Amino acid sequence: MSPPGSSEHHPGAGHALWVRLTHWVGAASVLTLAFTGYVILMAHPRLYWGETGNDLTPTLIELPVSRNYKHGGWEVRTSAFPTGGAAVSAVRTYDILNWNGWARSLHFLAAWCFVLSGLAYLVAALWGGHLRRDLLPQARELRARSLWADVRAHLRRVSPAHGGPPYNLLQKVSYSFVVLIALPLMIITGMAMSPAINAAYPFLAAMFGGTQSARTVHFLLFALLVLFVVVHVVMVVLSGFRRQMRAMTVGRSA
Amino acid sequence: MSERSIIVSRRRIVGGLAAAGGLLLSGCSRTDPPTYGNLLRMGDQFTYRAQRLLLPQRALAREYSRADITSVPAIGNTDPGDANVPGFDEHNGPRYAQLRAGAFADWRLQVEGSVTRPGGYSLADLRRFPARTQITKHTCEEGWSAISEWTGVPLRSVLEHAGMKPSARFVNFFTFDQGADSIDMLDALHPQTLLAYGMNGRELPIAHGAPLRLRVEKQLGYKSQKFLHRIVVTDSFYDPGKLGPIGAGWAWYVGI
Repeated sequence: MSPPGSSEHHPGAGHALWVRLTHWVGAASVLTLAFTGYVILMAHPRLYWGETGNDLTPTLIELPVSRNYKHGGWEVRTSAFPTGGAAVSAVRTYDILNWNGWARSLHFLAAWCFVLSGLAYLVAALWGGHLRRDLLPQARELRARSLWADVRAHLRRVSPAHGGPPYNLLQKVSYSFVVLIALPLMIITGMAMSPAINAAYPFLAAMFGGTQSARTVHFLLFALLVLFVVVHVVMVVLSGFRRQMRAMTVGRSA
Repeated sequence: MSERSIIVSRRRIVGGLAAAGGLLLSGCSRTDPPTYGNLLRMGDQFTYRAQRLLLPQRALAREYSRADITSVPAIGNTDPGDANVPGFDEHNGPRYAQLRAGAFADWRLQVEGSVTRPGGYSLADLRRFPARTQITKHTCEEGWSAISEWTGVPLRSVLEHAGMKPSARFVNFFTFDQGADSIDMLDALHPQTLLAYGMNGRELPIAHGAPLRLRVEKQLGYKSQKFLHRIVVTDSFYDPGKLGPIGAGWAWYVGI
């Protein structure tokens, strides 16, 4: 294994070993996180804005997701205060509780794998110059006209790729967004939902306007990342599946 | 040559992992929750150790003002005296119904185990301790949250009154609805960990755990057990089997 960035990339060289390793550990973690996250969401597919939210408060978005528990309905609402007032309490009659404990534990196990491989990736990408050289779009590239031209070119026909860097403009923009913005925000919004981390670092949730806002952002980013994965896989297939897979596994595309 | 280098590097990796694991688990094998070789429980254990290591343990959960109090659902078991509810305990259920009929005048919280003065505390006894009132957020594992005001006695005061021994490591809670769970000493002695008998300015309602419930503010809601009747202080981890979270497939530590 050569140290990151020691060899100049040339078309056909494929991906460096550390890129391939962190790519697949990251991919497995993200797929596990997406699946278990969805199972966790099934218990309460309502999203809110602000610090709190529950079945007795207004929702921002109610997702068309079936719930993975069964209850016998809600019993009479009573005022939450002895003196009356707007806040109420109601009893959700017990039937079958959700049994998603395994999903939450697996979500966090995958999150540890993801965070550790993600940190290794970022350190290597910064140190070896992969980030600056291959991923970050140059300022002069970032013109609306060139972006639009690249989108149109992709819609017409996806040209065969050599596998690995150098990347075209759309690749640079989407990879940079996922690696530097979406995935780190996913971790931060995840931590902003934790009671223990919230107690220690309240600014994490405050940045998003509250814990439930962070949960909503966590979900929206999940939706965005699922979209990314779908488009990513479609592009891999259209640009030469065998060559692309060789580049990301054995490291040689030619 | 290449085979040898692979073996050496694999040894290094395994050795490194073992060292990292040792760092996380050192000296606490006997006083940690068991994993039973279950990969998910090992992940829970890793999170527990990492949070205990990395987070400032004296941090207080955020407290809110009365204006922030929200509506609050009552879920799970909302009446242990009701024989039609799943989790009805043949022994404790009728006992609960009887105690409730007498406005919990005969109810006692048994405190035993690693304490020098085991005994029972009535509600009146608990109210004689200096009370603490806190307005905090309940975070349910399902995903919802609610802010309520809780009044009660810090668990620490009761443990000190009962003469908790220095060897104590865990505090176990037993409930009228067939529940049993435990917390470690860091959570047990935390100033916001309450034995709550009041909610939003009145007595704790039945659905929210009357006559007494636990409040553990730095973990998910299910650690704040309702309908308490017994506390047992132990020197090592006690697994209550199917009655506890591990037996039911849930994580024991959920600071999350």
